Amino acid sequence: MDESLRQVTSEDLEAIEIGAAILGTGGGGNPYIGKLRCRKELRKGRQINIIPLHELSDDAWVVSLGGIGAPVVGVEKIEQGEECLRALYALEEETGHKIDAVISSEIGGANAMEPMLTGAQAGIPVVDGDGMGRAFPEMQMCTWSIYGHKSTPSAMADEKGSIIIIRDTTSEIALERFARATVVEMGAAGAIALAPMRGSFVKRYAIPNTVTQALQLGRSVLESQINNSDPISTILEKEDGQLLMTGKIIDLERHLKGGFAVGHVNVEGFGDFHGKLGEIYLQNEFLVFKLDGEVRACVPDLIIVLEADTGLPITTEMLRYGQRVAILVLPCHDLLRSEEALGVIGPAAFGYPEIIYTPLVRNSSREGN
Amino acid sequence: MFRIGIDVGGTNTDAVIMGDGKVLTGVKTATTEDVMSGIIESLRMALDNTGIEGDEVSSVMIGTTHFTNAVVERRHLSKTAAVRLCLPAAQCLPPMVDWPDDIREAVGNSYWMAKGGNEFDGREISQIDETELKDIAREIGSKGIGSVALCSVFSPVNDTMEKQAMEIMMTVLPDADFTLSSEIGRLGILERENAAIMNASLRQLSSQAIRAFSDALKKVGLSCPYFITQNDGTLMGTEFVQSYPVLTFASGPTNSMRGASYLTGEMEAIVCDVGGTSTDVGALIKGFPRPASTTVEVGGVRTNFRMPDVFSIALGGGTQIKPGNPVQIGPQSVGYRIFEQGLLFGGDTLTATDVAVGLGIADIGNAEPAKALGEDTLRNYKNKIDEMIVNAVERMRVSPEKIPVLAVGGGSILIPETVGILPVVKPENFAVANAVGAAIGQVSGEVDRIFNLTEMSRDAALENARNEAIEKAIAAGAKADSIEVLDQEDVPLAYLPGNATRIRLKVVGDLDG
Repeated sequence: MDESLRQVTSEDLEAIEIGAAILGTGGGGNPYIGKLRCRKELRKGRQINIIPLHELSDDAWVVSLGGIGAPVVGVEKIEQGEECLRALYALEEETGHKIDAVISSEIGGANAMEPMLTGAQAGIPVVDGDGMGRAFPEMQMCTWSIYGHKSTPSAMADEKGSIIIIRDTTSEIALERFARATVVEMGAAGAIALAPMRGSFVKRYAIPNTVTQALQLGRSVLESQINNSDPISTILEKEDGQLLMTGKIIDLERHLKGGFAVGHVNVEGFGDFHGKLGEIYLQNEFLVFKLDGEVRACVPDLIIVLEADTGLPITTEMLRYGQRVAILVLPCHDLLRSEEALGVIGPAAFGYPEIIYTPLVRNSSREGN
Repeated sequence: MFRIGIDVGGTNTDAVIMGDGKVLTGVKTATTEDVMSGIIESLRMALDNTGIEGDEVSSVMIGTTHFTNAVVERRHLSKTAAVRLCLPAAQCLPPMVDWPDDIREAVGNSYWMAKGGNEFDGREISQIDETELKDIAREIGSKGIGSVALCSVFSPVNDTMEKQAMEIMMTVLPDADFTLSSEIGRLGILERENAAIMNASLRQLSSQAIRAFSDALKKVGLSCPYFITQNDGTLMGTEFVQSYPVLTFASGPTNSMRGASYLTGEMEAIVCDVGGTSTDVGALIKGFPRPASTTVEVGGVRTNFRMPDVFSIALGGGTQIKPGNPVQIGPQSVGYRIFEQGLLFGGDTLTATDVAVGLGIADIGNAEPAKALGEDTLRNYKNKIDEMIVNAVERMRVSPEKIPVLAVGGGSILIPETVGILPVVKPENFAVANAVGAAIGQVSGEVDRIFNLTEMSRDAALENARNEAIEKAIAAGAKADSIEVLDQEDVPLAYLPGNATRIRLKVVGDLDG
């Protein structure tokens, strides 16, 4: 394994901001505000300590937490600042367990930052890993839920001091729905902490090393800006990914369906892809990529759209006619490729039953376990 | 009657006089340290060239980099109080949190956070507290601060609280200037607040500039009304500029693009404005610059108010060519000193203009020193220059259609006959397209709000937004029957049940009178 991250510095935050947005695969919300908040904690003298999965003790209590709501609200109604911390404390009180570490439910996007912030405030470490290895639109799509963790009791908190405990639900999806309805009442921005998990469970089912991965992805982009080198090839090399296409957006359609932004993007190839037509289908995140009508990548592998010249990530809200983009696919972790996982986050689960998921082949042995 | 357009850039101050939609004269003078003497000089030259009298001029339109430069150079900024209505939300990141230290100090780093603000659906986060706001106003007064920026959470959706807070604080600070964030920026509180604070810090400079412009016009015998151009190609009256100086940011490239469109009659095109040291490339949609979709930094501060999407490359008429393998084109430039330092004017620096002249593309100065390098070498340099231009144009192209490239600015001889497959159009008066762009300014109205589509249909929401924008344009001085929709966009909001959508809509019309 590459050197792993132990303590996050202000410079690291700049890289993690970019890396987390790349892992957001088009969604997940903008990590910019979270970065500023983490930076402020560091300036106060607090520390963001990262613990690798293998150092977690089996009987440790770990809580997966993050913000919940609409990303567009998050950039307008910024947090009071301790929403996640209050949710964490509420959960400790509810369960009677002292929490030893926090972990991100979703490394892709804004929720990469929330556990770092809470960890700094509570004085506990952040586990180097997460529950998705990317971004997905709903909570039951994280590995904890897929592999049998019961996420209730959950605690939610808003900026005004409200604490809502959801003690029990009939399923993980039901929890997602109750939480979603609650957050609308909270003004579409709030925090949620899920029932504590044992260290042994997290070690087995977390997507490993994703905080370090976000850092390294961001560094690749930042370093290529300084060296004037090509960020796309650096990322592909380091992350074992494949270039799906370089091209220009020539058509774009987005609309609302059940609270999600859904749509598709057409890309006309240039360079080595001259004369080819690419299509991306999206629902908050990029789900499926076709080249000349043939499926080349789909969920749960990570379809990533970067600005061709800078390597900076483009989210679904930022897509624009005429943009020059590089479309990449990175292999997802094996935990997302099992039968149980594909039932929740495979192409069929997103409304593409005709697509059979073919795992992207890795070139080297960057397997996690 | 005649119209005068002036564009004050970093290097040159350009002026044109237009009558019956035609350019009667265009002049170029050097921008002066005090700005105003350069304006007077260019106005005198333009009036002398045409013999037009001051009382025959109906209006003067001025584009200026005055306010952008103040922010970039951290000069002439006033001490400003930032007041955010948000509590208990948003307290973790105070106003100006991500500003470079020097500009935060330049505006005094004074901020307060108070109760107030709205939710996305219009509910109140907390009620406004009159006593709290009066206490803050007294503190502002005791610090001797005369300009206040007010920013309330979700004020682009509901601006009532910002207005109420202003009224309350005015009872304590009757002489202060107030800037409301809802009148300047979009959703995204930090960026909108940044723009509001910058605006507030420029109010005093703006008042001074307006007085100086009036004096300059009087000195050359002009007593007609005058306007300042905004960065969307539309005009602001003098009172409006005093209140919203930030809206002039990046108006220079906008004026060039609008002028290029007017001079060629092309509404959909790519514009290359080639100056002495750099080339600005932008896209025209319906004759107006395409706005940038992301945040734009001004002087190191993130803002999100509308700005033209401009891509700049370090290539201009004075760009230095350093022979070698490979040849190095720029980024150094002799700029306006080309008249002393360029080979073609007897100097010793090989410039991009020399290459063009040596190849017989343009006929200025002495071509012989460049020709001595040999045609193959010059051709090789020119190919490199063309490649830079093609890449920049490709980056800004917005559609597969074969739209033209409009070449304007003093250095536009560098633009080849075609850019890739795109034809190039070089209008007459290309060198003063920016001043033409100022002269033809129109008036606009804009709406950017979240609409709840459970209460009305999408069409009704759009009509609602359109009517509101039209009212704003008329209030800004537009002729009602000339108003048309320039731009409309609706973006659905993810993760919100009940189909909320964000509508941005802009209308423009001709200036009344």
